[in-house]
Amino acid sequence: MSTDGEAEIPPGGCHMCLAIPGKIVELVSDNPNSAMVDVVGMRRRVDLGLLEEDRPVPGDWVLIHVGFAMSKISEVDAIDQMKTLEMLGECEAAVQEVRGYGLEETDEKQAPQDGSLSGD
Amino acid sequence: MKYVDEFRDPELITKAAEEIRRLADPNRHYRLMEVCGGHTHAIYRFGLKDVLPPNIELIHGPGCPVCVLPMGRIDDALSVAADPDVIFAAFGDMMRVPGTHGSPLEHKARGMDVRIVYSPTDAIKLAKLNAQKHVMFFAIGFETTAPSTALTLQRAKAEGIHNFSVFCNHVTIIPAIRAILDSPDMRLDGFIGPGHVSTVIGCRPYEWIAKNERKPIVVCGFEPLDLLQSIVMLLAQLQKGEAKVENQYKRVVPWEGNRAALKAMAEIFQLRPYFEWRGLGFISQSALRIREEYAEWDAEQRFHVPGIRVTDPKAAQCGEVLKGVLKPAQCKLFGRECTPENPVGALMVSSEGSCAAYYNYEHRKANLLTSISASA
Amino acid sequence: MSSGAKLGHIVPPKIRFREPQIEMAHGAGGKASRRLVEGLFAPFFFGEFPGPLGDAAQLKINGARMAVTTDSFVVKPLVFPGGSIGELAVNGTVNDLAVSGAKPEALVITLILEAGLRTDVLQAEIQAIADSAQRAGVRIAGGDTKVVEHGKADSMYITTTGLGAPIPGIEIDPRSVRPGDKVLLSGPIGDHGITILLARGELDMEGDLRSDTRSVFPLVGALAQAAGPGVRWMRDPTRGGVATSLNELARDCGLGVILFEDSIPVHDAVRGACELLGLEPLHIANEGQFLSVLAPELADAALKALQEAPGGDEARIIGEMREQPAGSVLVTTLYGGSRIVDMLVGDPLPRIC
Repeated sequence: MSTDGEAEIPPGGCHMCLAIPGKIVELVSDNPNSAMVDVVGMRRRVDLGLLEEDRPVPGDWVLIHVGFAMSKISEVDAIDQMKTLEMLGECEAAVQEVRGYGLEETDEKQAPQDGSLSGD
Repeated sequence: MKYVDEFRDPELITKAAEEIRRLADPNRHYRLMEVCGGHTHAIYRFGLKDVLPPNIELIHGPGCPVCVLPMGRIDDALSVAADPDVIFAAFGDMMRVPGTHGSPLEHKARGMDVRIVYSPTDAIKLAKLNAQKHVMFFAIGFETTAPSTALTLQRAKAEGIHNFSVFCNHVTIIPAIRAILDSPDMRLDGFIGPGHVSTVIGCRPYEWIAKNERKPIVVCGFEPLDLLQSIVMLLAQLQKGEAKVENQYKRVVPWEGNRAALKAMAEIFQLRPYFEWRGLGFISQSALRIREEYAEWDAEQRFHVPGIRVTDPKAAQCGEVLKGVLKPAQCKLFGRECTPENPVGALMVSSEGSCAAYYNYEHRKANLLTSISASA
Repeated sequence: MSSGAKLGHIVPPKIRFREPQIEMAHGAGGKASRRLVEGLFAPFFFGEFPGPLGDAAQLKINGARMAVTTDSFVVKPLVFPGGSIGELAVNGTVNDLAVSGAKPEALVITLILEAGLRTDVLQAEIQAIADSAQRAGVRIAGGDTKVVEHGKADSMYITTTGLGAPIPGIEIDPRSVRPGDKVLLSGPIGDHGITILLARGELDMEGDLRSDTRSVFPLVGALAQAAGPGVRWMRDPTRGGVATSLNELARDCGLGVILFEDSIPVHDAVRGACELLGLEPLHIANEGQFLSVLAPELADAALKALQEAPGGDEARIIGEMREQPAGSVLVTTLYGGSRIVDMLVGDPLPRIC
């Protein structure tokens, strides 16, 4: 909310797609739809109305957009993604090594890189 | 910052870029469209084009809700807000978007009561604090933002707040993608799929793109590693001749979407038979309007809205840039009559608009003679 | 030749400022401000081609060299974590003198007060001015006060004019900047602007941040001692932030500024606020930092001197000057990505300093 009569010109950056991960640090006692999130020391109130079917608790991480929590962030999936990224190129290196042994490669589809690259 | 910094790790970015170079067929020119304006902004902000090989071309799509809003809708809303008892409330991005007689900000300088809000719930708070006035919230955005507006309207009704209404410009993403694919000028190899819209609608709505149009689409996050990984996934599909929907942004996007959000939207909104999109013309079933049960909170029902239609200045090529047919710098007005300070079209105002992103982050790099080494 | 040739007749200068009215953006410190100053004020005051405009004017009066500068302070709210308008009013002008290469000596203060302002509020600011002046080692030499009707002054506006003695051996001139020169920053950016934004209470956001307002003269002094002959340029990045100051430099010297993103010090809370609001830290106002461009052979000594001086421990070399992109600022990352950062457009944070 801006104050009366002030020419409060916008902070830059578009709010439409701007969504930031934040950690729920506190539920507001008198309002089940409200919580405080922390983003590296910045604390902000968010509305939990869109997550009523799967209410986050303090310690959970959520994606925040225009003051609403849109989704819980899955630590498991994040770790999985990082592992996939760290392995990029390593499978190719492994394949090169195997080729170096002089073994015949009969079928391209058996090359190990298919599964890990697509991150399914 | 957790869930941010890890996805900006420079070593992993370099690795992903190498993988992209390895996967990309040197005899092929890839045209990948990122639909969402937030992705356009991220690509420029992180300088990702610098790490991609030259045969991968990123085409900017129309997923910028400010950019596709016809000027007439701003004029309509400002004509309602001309009433001194009406407060015009909107997100910051709307403030400098030009209407025929100036932007909301310029109207504010001339005496209109214009306020920035950071959430639709702020607009309700404003209404409570200003009982003598009426607060009209200018709602805009794709399915990412529509549920928040929906919830806000539910609360306005439940709490009996009558000096509040919404001027609804919410649009839906699938018709925009359809319009791109139907465009005869467009040849695309695949899509970097919207990330935050998908937290609401899930990944199923994109299945027709893979099945019927035979184009791969990867739902993508907004950090550099998300974008690069999505490109890796697209290239891997293209290499194998596949066309599937994949979810790269798994840590945030549920395949089935957000049921509570979809439920709220269904309760408050219905599809308009058609809606005008700047640059894309009239598209049927592509925008939301407020249902009859909430008519009292629908600004278009409570107020007389002129229904102004404004055609873009002839020289402005917003439509072609929106569809990805032209690059921003190819528009005749780019950088001359149209700059972020003096925008002619909304693509130059919104920081997600491809013209603004290109202007602010990129176009002066064209003069760089040597490659930049980033030693500290 | 036409009427201008007559003795005593002032030729109307060519005005390049064509906007019909003044907008908030003209006071923001970015592009619009630049247009106003260069397009409307400079032609009348300094003639057709005034050369680069600096933070303070260097005058010679009866053989004595003197630096003089002025600044006004319109801040809302008046008091905020880390300081108040009174402190800004002193430190702001002291810093302008310091970065022009002068030792601040004396200030005169103008107050425009709004009728209805409480005396205890005013007294608190007078105290703040006196305390800051003492800390900065400057005399308050005098001032003026006016009162305007209620509603016309946002409680109080302060203007400070400062006088200083040029530091021997320091010559600030953007035209002396060369490719290869290093860019030095005294400490973390964005603290002041974000503190003010939070203090306005409009954002439902809170954080542990304080304004960085302070006199930078001690640090400038340390820099001058360690690397005086190598100092080419200095500036205090207030409104418009580091990006605006460096864009002005790039324009004035015709070179490019390359910044190394990972070297730029930013406190976590500032970063969090900027990510949440979609703001660029390089555009946020600072009130206790300064930038310097140095000859490369003296840069390390300069950095060491700053880091060893009180309050300079977070100083960093954040970039360097190159031929390209001429006239622009380019931010680069460790993975080879880059983006241009322009001068501020519009006014994201009005009434910030």
